[in-house]
Amino acid sequence: MKDKDEIQGMINGTGVEETIRVQGMLNENGSGSAIQQQEDNTSIMQVVLSTLKKNSMLIALIVVLIIFGFSTGGTILVPRNVSNLIFQNAYVAILAVGMLLCILTGGNIDLSVGSTVCLVGAFAGELMIVRKMPVLPSILICLFVGLLIGVWHGIWIAYIGVPPFIATLAGQLIFRGSSLIVLNGLTLAPFPDEFQRLATGHIPDFFKIDGLDLNVTCLGLGVLAALVFLAIRISGRIRKIRKGYAPGGAIYFYINTGVLAAIIVFVSFWLALYEGMPTVMVTLIIVVLIYAILTSMTVPGRYLYALGGNPKAARMSGIDTKKVMFFAYANMSFLAGVAGLVFATRLNSANPTAGQNFELDAIASCFIGGASAYGGIGTVSGVLIGAAFMGIMNNGMNFMGFQTAAQQVVKGMVLLLAVGFDVLSKRKSR
Amino acid sequence: MFDRFHARLIPCQSKSERGDVLLAKSLLEMIDITKLFPGVRALSNVNLTVEEGEVHAIVGENGAGKSTLMNVLSGIYPFGTYEGQILYDGEECRFRVIRDSEKKGIVIIHQELALVPYLSIGENIFLGNEQHTTGFIDWDATYHNADKLLRKVGLNESSRTLIKDIGVGKQQLVEIAKALGKNVRLLILDEPTASLNDVDSRKLLDLILDLKKNGITSIIISHKLDEISYVADKITIIRDGLTIETLDKATDDISEPRIVRGMVGREMVDRFPKREPNIGSECLRIEDWTVRHPLFTDRLVVQDASLNVRRGEIVGLAGLMGAGRTELATSVFGRAYGTVLKGRIFKDGQPIILTSISKAIQHGIAYITEDRKGDGLVLPVSISENISLAKLSKVSKKYFLDKDLEKNVAKDYRDRLSIKTPSVNQLVGNLSGGNQQKVLVSKWMFTDPEVLFLDEPTRGIDVGAKYEIYCIMNDLVASGKAVIMISSDLQEILGMCDRIYVMYEGKIIGELPRAEASQEKIMSMILSASKGA
Repeated sequence: MKDKDEIQGMINGTGVEETIRVQGMLNENGSGSAIQQQEDNTSIMQVVLSTLKKNSMLIALIVVLIIFGFSTGGTILVPRNVSNLIFQNAYVAILAVGMLLCILTGGNIDLSVGSTVCLVGAFAGELMIVRKMPVLPSILICLFVGLLIGVWHGIWIAYIGVPPFIATLAGQLIFRGSSLIVLNGLTLAPFPDEFQRLATGHIPDFFKIDGLDLNVTCLGLGVLAALVFLAIRISGRIRKIRKGYAPGGAIYFYINTGVLAAIIVFVSFWLALYEGMPTVMVTLIIVVLIYAILTSMTVPGRYLYALGGNPKAARMSGIDTKKVMFFAYANMSFLAGVAGLVFATRLNSANPTAGQNFELDAIASCFIGGASAYGGIGTVSGVLIGAAFMGIMNNGMNFMGFQTAAQQVVKGMVLLLAVGFDVLSKRKSR
Repeated sequence: MFDRFHARLIPCQSKSERGDVLLAKSLLEMIDITKLFPGVRALSNVNLTVEEGEVHAIVGENGAGKSTLMNVLSGIYPFGTYEGQILYDGEECRFRVIRDSEKKGIVIIHQELALVPYLSIGENIFLGNEQHTTGFIDWDATYHNADKLLRKVGLNESSRTLIKDIGVGKQQLVEIAKALGKNVRLLILDEPTASLNDVDSRKLLDLILDLKKNGITSIIISHKLDEISYVADKITIIRDGLTIETLDKATDDISEPRIVRGMVGREMVDRFPKREPNIGSECLRIEDWTVRHPLFTDRLVVQDASLNVRRGEIVGLAGLMGAGRTELATSVFGRAYGTVLKGRIFKDGQPIILTSISKAIQHGIAYITEDRKGDGLVLPVSISENISLAKLSKVSKKYFLDKDLEKNVAKDYRDRLSIKTPSVNQLVGNLSGGNQQKVLVSKWMFTDPEVLFLDEPTRGIDVGAKYEIYCIMNDLVASGKAVIMISSDLQEILGMCDRIYVMYEGKIIGELPRAEASQEKIMSMILSASKGA
């Protein structure tokens, strides 16, 4: 009787559609429905279902990989191409991670990142090629330029209150124009070797075994990373149990952890079969780790989600929402600076048309990766999957000889379908 | 009672006798309506008969199925998604969309008004029903006809005024004018007075009675039983998706206790839990607090307000809507509202300056908002993340969150405040109003406050949940905290508070100890202030 009251209370309180979901949960004795995170008592079936649902984009990614794997006769999956994929998409992934933070604040985007990439590249060219400045100070100056652009956006958006769409649209024009001015409309090339090597080469094999066509360093790093990962996960679980917290299902935990560790080892092995780990991957991994930790484990990260989920409630909880907004945009352009350097090394030139439409790839990666267009929802891992999805689509279609025009149509449709699917599945599950 | 009711319905089930009912001029009959949601029987065999020209009230606790029933009637839940029959004007109706029911003159006005703030009153009245000639809007006809409708509902505004510029009470009248514009015969009002003050509510109820004289039948859903006793001819009580009984003003007792008994299925002995006041030293004192409106710089929303609250005490702020109570609280709470022109705050006798919300939180002040969905909770986020949000420092070390600790904290509150949820990972948006309110209270209890401002803490939650919130308030003051409660429900203020301040137009016009306070006294204070002004 009491339960029924409550259930019915929910009808009024939260709208009928949501009730259905809540009701389902109560009926199953609090076991959590598919989209809920599992907690106290869960059955394996539900964990599997919820895992599948949570990772629907990952599954789509695997499906696309298999399709392209077949249609290209496996070419897309050979170690050399995987290495290539990383080179081609590292900067998009870096931009997408920055874009995620902006989107989290409330579906806001940054339209200026392509221009920022270009301007930072232009500065790199001007400093290193024209003025022959040493590499390290040049890099620092370039990153500082990125940060400065971010501060500029942050001030306009957070403290003056210009809508992000407009402020960054203005930025797109301003910084594209500035790049043209810096470069005088010309392309500068080539960069000094030491700069180039930073993001285009592979990490050399320090423990080369003669006669073995395998990059031992790369594999070793992979195994080490997997071990560190296991150690962190398991010690975390032990700490949890020791402190008397509910540790969650053991089977799920070990399967999940084991699979992830195996993937790390496998990827490093696969890359070791070619020339080893691309240097740019190091930058990418560092960026991803920092931002994954920031968004999921820290107080400022929590503020981002709160701001996107309900800006008024965030403010009334004592959160300095302007500061959070400022940070998101300052950070975005800083990362655009990082991406600009990575892209400059890849092009090996500073080009006034560099980075055009990069913002669109970054935004698409976020939304394909499950970020909400209203803010407050999205993860770094999701964005990474989104970026990989875009990259693999590009690469696969290139192999299959699609024209650029056709590629754009396909990518546009994929973005639309991914978000449409997401919206529909959310509506159904409510 | 049930037998009588049942007997009355039997004729509906056989065709030959249905004629009798028609002779009695039943405008609407809903017969054996059953509505299922996966796993829930929201309505089971509900019957409702509404006679032409009467005001028929539907009462029941939150979630009893009132709104669901009205959604079935208006076609929001289209024909085929429910079982049962709707007879309107003697013929069976199968509404597929709202437009179908509106064509028949059935208009529903929801609790959350469906007006567009940046359009004029006239445009809103004819929204979806535009006055046009071959696709071009006839603005003269729009405003002329809108003005006529406004006069009918007694609203003295130009139909060219924008909706955002008139208050909620007037907006409610615009909704009714909009319904009249659709040639309404059966008007359904879902909680029409929920956000109105007493004066506006009375106006609205009188308008309903006025419309009745002009032959418009009304169905009114309301929590406010005194209003129902005032306005309704018949009252149908719904509980747990079942029609319990229909009371007729002419023949039955329709006093409040009688209605409540039907609603909850038992006698409600006390609406407010007992508490032995144990009042300590002064905790917070506010002196000469004056606040300017954030946009209209010549308007003072709070003027020379002085008040204090002691440990273990619940102090009430009574007043009409717009009296400046919320503005007083939010401006004290780290200047979250307006510009503070002057005033001092003393905490335990020491002067403090609160320039930001985070400072206010540090000083042990909490403001629990009246608008839990608007600026209280982050709906797409879990219960545990909501509870910790205002004091993340308690669950983090050097910016790194301890999520396990956070969850345990949430579980602790879930148990203490009996928040009904299978998991603290549940998204707050999925909870019922009462449970959301408890999460909101937990969130602010977690900040270790010494003074809590509770702004309309029981708005929009059902009787049972209200009682639980009252108990939580009593526990808070029992543990030595000070509570300032803002409420538009005078009975609640009288039932809960040790001392009451009355506010009118930004000024505190009086202070009453519990023993001396009464509803009449407070209202007469407000009335004499309004005359003096």
